[in-house]
Amino acid sequence: MSIVQNTAETKTGGTPPSGLSEFWYYFSRNKGAVIGLFVFLFILFMAIFAPFVAPHSPSIQNRELLLLPPVFQQGGSWGHILGTDAVGRDILSRIIYGARFSLFIGLVVVTLSVVSGVLIGLVAGYFRGKVDTFIMRIMDIILAFPSLLLALVLVAVLGPGLLNAMIAISLVNQPHFVRLTRAAVMTEKLKDYVVGSKVAGAGTLRLMFLTILPNCLAPLIVQATLAFSAAILDAAALGFLGMGAQPPTPEWGTMLAEAREFIQRAWWVVTFPGLAILITVLAINLMGDGLRDALDPKLKRS
Amino acid sequence: MFRFIFGRLAVLIPTFLGVSIIAFSFIRLLPGDPVMLMSGERVMSPERHTQIMHQLGLDRPMYVQYFDYLTGLLTGDFGSSIVTKRPVLDDFLQLFPATLELALCAIIVAMVLGIPAGVFAAVKRGTWFDQSIMGVALVGYSMPIFWWGLLLIIFFSGYLGWTPVSGRISAMYFFPPVTGFMLIDSLLSGQTGAFKSAATYLILPTVVLSTIPLAVIARQTRSAMLEVLGEDYVRTARAKGLSPFRVIGVHALRNAMIPVITTIGLQVGVLLAGAILTESIFSWPGIGKWMVDSVFKRDYAVVQGGLMLIAGVIMIVNLVVDLLYGWINPRIRH
Repeated sequence: MSIVQNTAETKTGGTPPSGLSEFWYYFSRNKGAVIGLFVFLFILFMAIFAPFVAPHSPSIQNRELLLLPPVFQQGGSWGHILGTDAVGRDILSRIIYGARFSLFIGLVVVTLSVVSGVLIGLVAGYFRGKVDTFIMRIMDIILAFPSLLLALVLVAVLGPGLLNAMIAISLVNQPHFVRLTRAAVMTEKLKDYVVGSKVAGAGTLRLMFLTILPNCLAPLIVQATLAFSAAILDAAALGFLGMGAQPPTPEWGTMLAEAREFIQRAWWVVTFPGLAILITVLAINLMGDGLRDALDPKLKRS
Repeated sequence: MFRFIFGRLAVLIPTFLGVSIIAFSFIRLLPGDPVMLMSGERVMSPERHTQIMHQLGLDRPMYVQYFDYLTGLLTGDFGSSIVTKRPVLDDFLQLFPATLELALCAIIVAMVLGIPAGVFAAVKRGTWFDQSIMGVALVGYSMPIFWWGLLLIIFFSGYLGWTPVSGRISAMYFFPPVTGFMLIDSLLSGQTGAFKSAATYLILPTVVLSTIPLAVIARQTRSAMLEVLGEDYVRTARAKGLSPFRVIGVHALRNAMIPVITTIGLQVGVLLAGAILTESIFSWPGIGKWMVDSVFKRDYAVVQGGLMLIAGVIMIVNLVVDLLYGWINPRIRH
């Protein structure tokens, strides 16, 4: 880190920059990341203010306007910019409300898997020995299944629904955080500053959480971003297979599942919810790349 | 090398046991009565219940049941379907070639396109060429493939009418399976047009399934190449006056391939997870669709056996990748 601060110092003329401005300096050099950030903030805004932004209610069915095409196609109307679905609900409004579900799923899954994964990984990497072997074997077992299959089966056990889908996706995501934390803790633990605070009398918990953990955060933040987008994709996939959020919830994957039978007649019913998933996931992944550039000291030097 | 192989095998045993415990407890964790679930009956008298309980051996202690299940697994008994009564292993072996054919085609496409794309992007680093390849790769990496499949169906099958929507080959052709790979079997059958038909059925599922591995391989190849291109031996090779093609293709690429091979190995799980979605969209009669259908039909015996078999396939592939890795890169053996 010292190298980075030195180079940043010379640029700002002597005064050491705050961590945040240094971060922004590297993050904003990646144009894609900045675009991703703005798109993400836009989606977040839509999700929070959905009742004010959405032109219609996501659940009101208009029996007179079934499968109305979007505005730019013949027969479309400005009342329903992206058209209506098979029971006459406004697609744009459902997509806007759907952003709430996807972002909420991402947030819950990342929180659950980061908290549990980091705790377990910290214990494994700090104590090593039998505890470590035991934990890593369990993670190997979870990783031996394709994640979507394991999530599907877990949801079959717990019962279909949004909450159970989130629990299942957290569980299959968590081994990545365990492995990453463990590897980072193992390298940090041997460094002089850790030995130093140990000699100075720091206790085990202090060493684990205050000395070592903050220095392992960079790769974890990057992985958390990737897990956020992966969770949105997995939840949509479960919804699409009929095992996630249940109709009439305006979740994007569930909307796609409902729209499947109309793909030959009404392309817009299928196209727009999927486009919403793609744009959201892409924006988050762009941010993830920028975060890696800003937080990975190995890349900064090059 | 022998010790390395042995060590890898030893690690596999606890994983195998753990996977078998998960598959074993899966049926017992389901809400509802295991007897009803396993016998597939809806209503039954208490006497019949006890009788079936005894018949299925569910009245014995848990560890005896698990031991029984484990010995069954080791002798190739993965249970039988509740619906069709057929052994799960038979169904698996019958359906697996379809998934394997699709997965192999997808990974070949991903490698053939992804590795050169990554190499060129690394060599032309920072140019519009690099940026557009990496942009496309990031879109592919972010793609909800179930939606991508539907879009391709709308455009190529619906609008253009070029490709069929579901299945493996046109109903016009019929021949007994020899290898289970439709592309090879259709050639062997000697029927005119059979191969072309099989290929048109295969093309869209392959595109869908290869999307994410292709993006991952291109990104990984680019970053591995960038790392290697900065090494001293590449500079030496350039200084010796070797042609750029030889420097990049031989000196750099060979070393850059080591992390790429690991990445390709890791795609097996991605491919099998992707197969669940791809096969569901295209009604491809493979193990992914089989598992989803079984979950919906509540044929939990099949789900249990399928879980075990799929995890087994992944463990074996991971082992092979590990061994290959140890063979290419001797430092890892120690």
